[in-house]
Amino acid sequence: MPSVTELMQLLTPTGHRITVASRARTPEPDAPPAAPPDRPADTPPTPGRPTPGRPTPGHPKAGPDAGPPSGELTAVDIDLPAYVADLTDDELFGLYRDMVLVRRMDEEATSLQRQGELGLWASLRGQEAAQVGSGRALGPDDMAFPSYREHGVAWCRGVDPAAVLAIFRGVNLGGWDPATHGFALYSIVVGSQTLHAAGYAMGMTWDRSAGAAIVYFGDGASSEGDVNEAFGWASVFSVPLVFFCQNNQWAISEPTRRQSRTEIFHRAAGFGFPSVRVDGNDVLACLAVSRWALAIARAGRGPVLVEAVTYRMGAHTTADDPTRYRSPVELEVWRRRDPLDRMRAHLAARGLLGEERDRHLALEADTFAHELRARCTAMLDPDPTSLFDHVQVTENGLVAEQRSAFAATLDPGDGGTDDRLDREDRPGTGDRPGTEDRLGVRNGLGVKGGLVAGETHVPGETQLPGEAW
Amino acid sequence: MTSGAVITGEQPAEVGGERTGEPATPVPITLAKALNLGLRSAMAADPKVIVMGEDVGTLGGVFRVTDGLQKEFGEARVIDTPLAESAIIGTAIGLAMRGYRPVCEIQFDGFVYPAFDQIVSQLAKLHYRSGGRIRLPVTIRIPFGGGIGAVEHHSESPEAYFCHTAGLKVVACSHPVDAHQMIQQAIRSDDPVIFLEPKRRYWEKAVVDPRPLGEVSPDGTTGLHSSAVVRAGTDATLVGYGPTVRTCLDAAEVSAADDGRSLEVVDLRSLSPLDLEPVLASVRRTGRLVVVHEAPSNVSVSAEVAARVAEQAFYSLEAPVLRVTGFDTPYPPARLEDHYLPDVDRILDAVDRSFGY
Repeated sequence: MPSVTELMQLLTPTGHRITVASRARTPEPDAPPAAPPDRPADTPPTPGRPTPGRPTPGHPKAGPDAGPPSGELTAVDIDLPAYVADLTDDELFGLYRDMVLVRRMDEEATSLQRQGELGLWASLRGQEAAQVGSGRALGPDDMAFPSYREHGVAWCRGVDPAAVLAIFRGVNLGGWDPATHGFALYSIVVGSQTLHAAGYAMGMTWDRSAGAAIVYFGDGASSEGDVNEAFGWASVFSVPLVFFCQNNQWAISEPTRRQSRTEIFHRAAGFGFPSVRVDGNDVLACLAVSRWALAIARAGRGPVLVEAVTYRMGAHTTADDPTRYRSPVELEVWRRRDPLDRMRAHLAARGLLGEERDRHLALEADTFAHELRARCTAMLDPDPTSLFDHVQVTENGLVAEQRSAFAATLDPGDGGTDDRLDREDRPGTGDRPGTEDRLGVRNGLGVKGGLVAGETHVPGETQLPGEAW
Repeated sequence: MTSGAVITGEQPAEVGGERTGEPATPVPITLAKALNLGLRSAMAADPKVIVMGEDVGTLGGVFRVTDGLQKEFGEARVIDTPLAESAIIGTAIGLAMRGYRPVCEIQFDGFVYPAFDQIVSQLAKLHYRSGGRIRLPVTIRIPFGGGIGAVEHHSESPEAYFCHTAGLKVVACSHPVDAHQMIQQAIRSDDPVIFLEPKRRYWEKAVVDPRPLGEVSPDGTTGLHSSAVVRAGTDATLVGYGPTVRTCLDAAEVSAADDGRSLEVVDLRSLSPLDLEPVLASVRRTGRLVVVHEAPSNVSVSAEVAARVAEQAFYSLEAPVLRVTGFDTPYPPARLEDHYLPDVDRILDAVDRSFGY
């Protein structure tokens, strides 16, 4: 059984109170790390749970806004353990493995951008727990609407990571099938996707779908009109939609306090639906809270807002320089709350992460990154005339005319289809049948929904016996 | 070309204005009622068609275009929405992803701008963004244009913004027969359509064949995608769309009576993509072209028509392409709108100037 029975509360630098599982708890901001990350960080269980609205001893309120108004939920009001009680040891490890591989993908993508192979990359570093926890809460009937940083959710929905990289390489604008994966295309105009999700969820109700929709957005997007219109719409029509806000503290250079005088999760009350704030760096808490929220939505009880308090550890994108607006001290504080370290400590404490398994996972991650890199750099530029494809379903005479004129200007070696691979056969430009096994690892590709047990499979190695863990 | 003759009253009247009852003699119906009939037929033909907008349900729309639809099809298919234009379009996108065919009403032209991002960045581009995987059959109905003495933001002509955006179809109806067919075609289209309704012509009447599109035009392809010659002539060509088609026809009438000139009138109907073949064919015969719309002239539909005609029929032109449009000012107070809107005199003045070359 996962140990989320003992929960503690922390204050973030911005005065937010967040709830963490004590076993996975990281050191206080001002305290030195108690132990190296690989040492079991099992702390004695804290008896009882803190009362909502009352500060945990030793963590006085930062100000009048530090706690939620009485009557509002925090994660401690939900019976979180009940929502993750079914997890096997392997599934627990699987969550960690997801986060490790997604972070490794993120690191590789950043390197690829620095080497000129990607035009841009938006790093998710620091948000792995929020994305994997919520992503693994989704089932096959659910539909997720991402913003543009949800690489971890994409992973959980079985989207080929190379298809995600293809967008940032400029090969296409969205190379996966939303219907197949239950994962809509990335949305770069922040907040716009919340309305698509609200409409989609409305249709789910009419279709008597067993699923719900979840929409990802950030603290910055919470200021957009579309998000607030979506709150109102989802509420009055009582649609099955989970608003999942990753408050990563920064909207490029603007801190959350520039977006809102109140805390983001409080906003739902004004729209008439429940909300909860959860420690976004605790993958189990995020999984439990997302399952709870999705259950409400699927039961026809309307929308829920989840605010996952987390931190964007990297730059906004590779084009950003965060040293211009935030301090190394703040980064260090959050580095000690790294979601991977916390799950790692939790697993180690439970004896689920021995040296051998750890080594094996590292090898798997490196293999994965190596193959991803190879597939990324092998992606060819699309056929030049493909820029005229799919402007409309019905042929548009003006576009057809321009395509012909443009095609006539091309040299044969310039992208005529004769001397190039057929677009559909090019690597990495989409997720087609057959790519699922290309990585040789069982990582959820092609699978949307549910948990994936954490066995590691590395090509060329025999699977290690269970007792080696 | 289905409606061309109707406007000049030459098409034989068919059935009466009501779907049932079969009145003995054909009854002319208003353009608003023709749209209403078209919407009803589209909803009856496809259960995925839903109507959504502000006041479209219980009230039947501020112009009564959706009158009675909620009663007939229920609240789940005719939805009174919150007053949130971006949400109307944004949720319609989500519904279309789910397999629905939403028909959104934007109550007045000047209220479409809050939905601008959802229309131009999302609705127009998702088919392209998805490599053709996503289809968004969303129709956005917008009453447009002036001439009804309205307050600010109720008389605008925003078509150029949308014509400039790849991925959108932009159409304008001018006549009850077209309105009835084109709304059904727009709803049937797998592409998003901006459907502009000439609000000062809502009350103009004509006899309309009330049968559903499938019976009137089995292939469903006429009308929406093509421009049409609505009055034949030999001396000069007038091009209009939406509310100015009637103004052009009136001008042609006066010109024939007073000056003995034979003016041909073309209704563009589809503003994006443009169907310029009938215009080019007409210009090759007349050598003179005047384009008329209510929207301001700068970077407008008439600018595009003029440029394309100059490219493709340069040696046929006896005079420069001239334009009669709204002025490049904000839409003025209602007491001044008669000066702002193109009228018969301004059109005839332009025709005179064309003949002066």
